[in-house]
Amino acid sequence: MGYISRGARTMLLTELISGMALTLRYFFRPKVTINYPYEKGPLSPRFRGEHALRRYANGEERCIACKLCEAICPAQAITIEAEPRDDGSRRTTRYDIDMVKCIYCGLCEEACPVDAIVEGPNFEFATETREELMYDKDKLLANGDRWETEIAECLAQTAPYR
Amino acid sequence: MVIKILVIVAPLLTAVAYLTYAERKVLSAMHLRRGPNVVGPWGLLQPIADGLKLFLKETIIPSGANRAVFILAPCVTFVLALIAWAVIPVGPGLVLSNINVGILYLFAISSLGVYGILMAGWASNSRYAFLGALRSAAQMVSYEVSMGLIIITVLLLAGSLNLTDIVMAQKNIWFVIPLLPMAVIFFVSTLAETNRHPFDLAEAEAELVAGFNVEYSAMTFALFFLGEYANMILMSAMTTILFLGGWLPPVDMAPFNWIPGPLWFAFKIAAVLFVFIWVRGTFPRYRYDQLMRLGWKVFLPLSLATVAIVGAIVAYDLLPGAG
Repeated sequence: MGYISRGARTMLLTELISGMALTLRYFFRPKVTINYPYEKGPLSPRFRGEHALRRYANGEERCIACKLCEAICPAQAITIEAEPRDDGSRRTTRYDIDMVKCIYCGLCEEACPVDAIVEGPNFEFATETREELMYDKDKLLANGDRWETEIAECLAQTAPYR
Repeated sequence: MVIKILVIVAPLLTAVAYLTYAERKVLSAMHLRRGPNVVGPWGLLQPIADGLKLFLKETIIPSGANRAVFILAPCVTFVLALIAWAVIPVGPGLVLSNINVGILYLFAISSLGVYGILMAGWASNSRYAFLGALRSAAQMVSYEVSMGLIIITVLLLAGSLNLTDIVMAQKNIWFVIPLLPMAVIFFVSTLAETNRHPFDLAEAEAELVAGFNVEYSAMTFALFFLGEYANMILMSAMTTILFLGGWLPPVDMAPFNWIPGPLWFAFKIAAVLFVFIWVRGTFPRYRYDQLMRLGWKVFLPLSLATVAIVGAIVAYDLLPGAG
C-alpha cells in the first residue's frame, strides 16, 4: 500500500506542486525589506552609534578631562590631552577618537561621570577616506550640537535602568 | 523583408531585456525582497542600465584562449536564439516564413544551441568552463531525445509539421488537456534544454564558478546572457504553440476573441515564462546523476510509451473525436 501511495505521489508530482504553491503564497505576501534610504527601521534608545561630546544648556562643554573614557577604552581609540583653562577649570585641549579603531562597545559612555561623551543614534557616517574617520574635539562637539535633541531623549529613556 | 525581421527582432530584444527585470522582480517577491527599484520608476530602467554597463566594459580575452572560436561562441548562441523566430507564427498568417517543416526547423535550431556552449567551453581553455560545457552538452543531448518524442505525439494529433496547422488543430481543444503528462515532461525538458534551474548544472555557481561563461566579460558575456533569455522565450513560444493553442483564445466567445491573436500569444508566453522563474524560485539544483537518470530512465520511457499509445489511438481510431 505504501508502495502504491508513494508511486502515486511521485507520478502526480504532489510534492513539487505543494512546493510551488508555497513559493506562490510567498509571492503575494508583503515584503520584509524596508526601502532603506527612504525608510528606516526602528532604533533602540540604547543604540550605540556615532560619538558626540555634549554641552550644558549654557553652552559650557561637559567634559572635565577626567580621562576615564580614555582609560577604559578597550580599543585604545581615545586620546585626551588636558590643562587648566584661564578661569581655572580643567578642560581638554585635545579629544580625539579614532573611529576606525573604535569597537562601539559603549564603555566610554558608561565611564563618563558627567554624560559628556555619548554614542548617539546616528549610524550613517561613512566616509570616502580613512582620515575623515579620525574625529577631533571640534567634530565631536559639533556632533553633540547636531544630535543633542535625540541624545537627550535617549538618555532620558534609558535613565531608569542605569 | 528587412522591416518584417525588425518587427520580430525589436520586440523580442525588448522582451529579453525585460525578462531579466521580470525574473529579478519575481524572484525577489518570492524571497520577500523588493528587487531593483532605484533606476527609473519601479526600477524599470534597470535592464537598460545593465546593458549599458556591460557595453562599456572591457572585453577580456584570456591569453590561452582560441581567439576566433572564443569570440564566435557567444555570437553563435545569440544568433541561434534569434533566427528560430523566423518560423514562429504569432498570429493567423503572421509569420516570417510559413514553411511546412517548421517544427523540424525549430527543433534543429534549438539543438544547435549546444554548439555555442561547447565552443565557449573549449575555446576558453579553462577547466571550469570546459566542465560546464561538457555537462551542458550531455544534458541538452539527453533531454532533446524525450523532447523529440513528445513533439512526435503532438504531430500525430495535429497531423502536420507546419506550426500554423499545429495551432489550428487545437481550435477545439488545446493539446495540453489530452496530453497533460506530455506537456509537463516537455516543459521540464525545456528547463533542461535552456540550462535553467533546477537543471542549470552548466553554470552551477557553487561548483563551477559560472560554468561555460566563466572567462567571458562585457559584450561577449552579454551575448550569452541575452541568448539564454532569448532561448527561454523561444522555448516558451514552442510550449505555447505545441500545447497551449498558440494565438487562439481559450474559448472562442465574445470577450475572449476580441483580443487579437498576437496578444494572446504574448500573454501565454509570459505565463510560461512566469512558471520558468517560479520553478527557479522553488527548487534546488539537481545532482548531475539525478539529472541524467531523470532524462534517460524516466522521461525517455514515458514519452516513448506515449508515442506508442497515441500512435495506436490515432492509427486505429480508438477514440473517435480525439484525433
